[in-house]
Amino acid sequence: MNHPQSPETSNEPLAPGQRLPVSERKELSPEAIAEIHAIMAQYPDKLAATLPALHIAQREFGFVSLSAMKAVAKAIGIPEGHVFGVATFYTMFQKAPVGKYHFSVCTNISCALRGAAQLLEKVCEKTGVKPGAGPSPDGMWSVEEVECLAGCGVAPCIQVNHDVYDELVDERKLIEVMEACKRGEYRPWAQ
Amino acid sequence: MAAIRTKRDLHTYTFPGFGSEKFPNLMLRGAGDLDNWHLKVYEQKHEGYVAMKAALKMDPVAVTEEVKASGIRGRGGAGFPAGLKWSFMPKDTADRKFTRYLVCNGDEGEPGTFKDRVILEYNPHQLIEGMIIGGWAMQCAMSYVYIRGEFLWLIEKLEAAIQQARDAGYLGKNILGTGWDFDILVYRGAGAYICGEETALLNSLEGRRGEPRVKPPFPAAKGAFGQPTTVNNVETLAAVPPILRMGGAEYAKIGTPKNTGTRIFGVSGQVKRPGIYELPLGTPMNFLVEELAGGSSTGRKIKAIIPGGASAPMFDEKDFDCPLDFDMMKTRGSMAGSGGLIVMDEDTCMVQATLRLIRFYAHESCGQCTPCREGCNWMEMILHRIEHGQGRVGDLDLLASLTPRIGLRTLCPLGDAACGPMDSALQKFRHEFEHHITHKTCYANGSRLLSAVGAH
Repeated sequence: MNHPQSPETSNEPLAPGQRLPVSERKELSPEAIAEIHAIMAQYPDKLAATLPALHIAQREFGFVSLSAMKAVAKAIGIPEGHVFGVATFYTMFQKAPVGKYHFSVCTNISCALRGAAQLLEKVCEKTGVKPGAGPSPDGMWSVEEVECLAGCGVAPCIQVNHDVYDELVDERKLIEVMEACKRGEYRPWAQ
Repeated sequence: MAAIRTKRDLHTYTFPGFGSEKFPNLMLRGAGDLDNWHLKVYEQKHEGYVAMKAALKMDPVAVTEEVKASGIRGRGGAGFPAGLKWSFMPKDTADRKFTRYLVCNGDEGEPGTFKDRVILEYNPHQLIEGMIIGGWAMQCAMSYVYIRGEFLWLIEKLEAAIQQARDAGYLGKNILGTGWDFDILVYRGAGAYICGEETALLNSLEGRRGEPRVKPPFPAAKGAFGQPTTVNNVETLAAVPPILRMGGAEYAKIGTPKNTGTRIFGVSGQVKRPGIYELPLGTPMNFLVEELAGGSSTGRKIKAIIPGGASAPMFDEKDFDCPLDFDMMKTRGSMAGSGGLIVMDEDTCMVQATLRLIRFYAHESCGQCTPCREGCNWMEMILHRIEHGQGRVGDLDLLASLTPRIGLRTLCPLGDAACGPMDSALQKFRHEFEHHITHKTCYANGSRLLSAVGAH
């Protein structure tokens, strides 16, 4: 999709993958590989395991780094280029680290009509991070502006990591959600 | 253990008179009750799996005929007759056996639409039953449910429900002694609106980038994994058990002759009671918006309604009485789409609203076809400069000249979908755009739909 990255300014441009943030982890765990192999066996074509495997890799690595993509390609036995193409197409595969609690704020029309723009500004103010600009210094928060979450009737809504949405979020509710995160009532990212 | 939602539900699903003969409740039985998803509740309270057991005793062709007789049109947006779609699947012949697939489209991403979510939350077994019936009618070997990645809790719930159905012997090998094997696999998407388009969905299901395919071949000839495939929306498949239970002819009596049955409508935006309403097709739009959803929540007049998800051209005041069905919507210049109504009041700046919608299409264009990839971005840039007080006199003509060059020139309808709101907003609210260009401010008071912090 259309997420152009800014062009390299150096005289020796980097290959697309080299611009991505690097993860510490380089390999998938044996359990994850076994899980991927089990998924491959369910489908007529092993290529179908690409998306589920990337979800698994994101869980293990914390985000889909270039090493994660390579590990997925190796586990399934498909070209690395294919995995890179798929991982960069879908917005839910985070190509850079995110915080322990990742806020997806919907700002599409139904939410916007009920104050999502102001809510996004509030979220940024309270967490001290900008949308899509990586986690806060303590690694707790990150914020992303997303397209419709299918929570239009209870707009504005927020998704924390992959949990059930928080609906009809106003400032008070937002503070409640952040307190609940601090108490560990939400599943942390990458779990 | 699956993560089952325990949070109190804030939607409204009902209204006075719902469940009566005039407003039959076929799709939302038990909605709002968080324990409703269990197999035993579905079987005890909602005539669960009765239709499936009857269907498995029928000839597969007779099942398809029953669905054809019901006249149900696809609930995903295009409104194509579902029974006819089923009959396109190739049949086995003496010298050629096919592996057929049924795919359920649960990639609900259309802004303003939140209906599939309700079915998955409260009646997953109704969907499973519909899929078994559909699988039997087309003699499919396997089926896949593609669900958007954000719905992780619903995926876990659906998987738990499928396991219950397997344990009851409704899925797996030799279902109820018919000698027919069938199972359902859930596939999790990863955040791409385009995957709601059926061939893009099939590509995504195969583990590729979600780029729409060239048609023909249509999925019925060459779909998932190269095999004949039918793709149906969650709501369409969930409507199959009620159809079989009451009989196609009886179902066809609900609604209007060419638009039969009930449909789930989602009302969002500036109304008093936004939420989910199941109504017979052909119900007037102002009844839904004014009577059921309570009218404007701000006390100001309603200015515009998007009647079928963000892709549908907007309606202004004079069309608020339009019946909610596929044909009348088309006659009035919009489309019934996915059944999501977005209501905007007088103080909504239409330039901002259009910019927000077009930004969505520019972001979600898969980038395969040049008219859509470039055109949506151009429209966004032009609208952006109008909104920020840098509009030029020729901009509106420029915008109007762009849409015919995008619409109908792309592989899939995403480009057309972007033209719908753009064209209708320009046509019906041109004075607001002109006001923006000449006065460099909004025509409407205090509308703020766009945040000051960076857009993605």
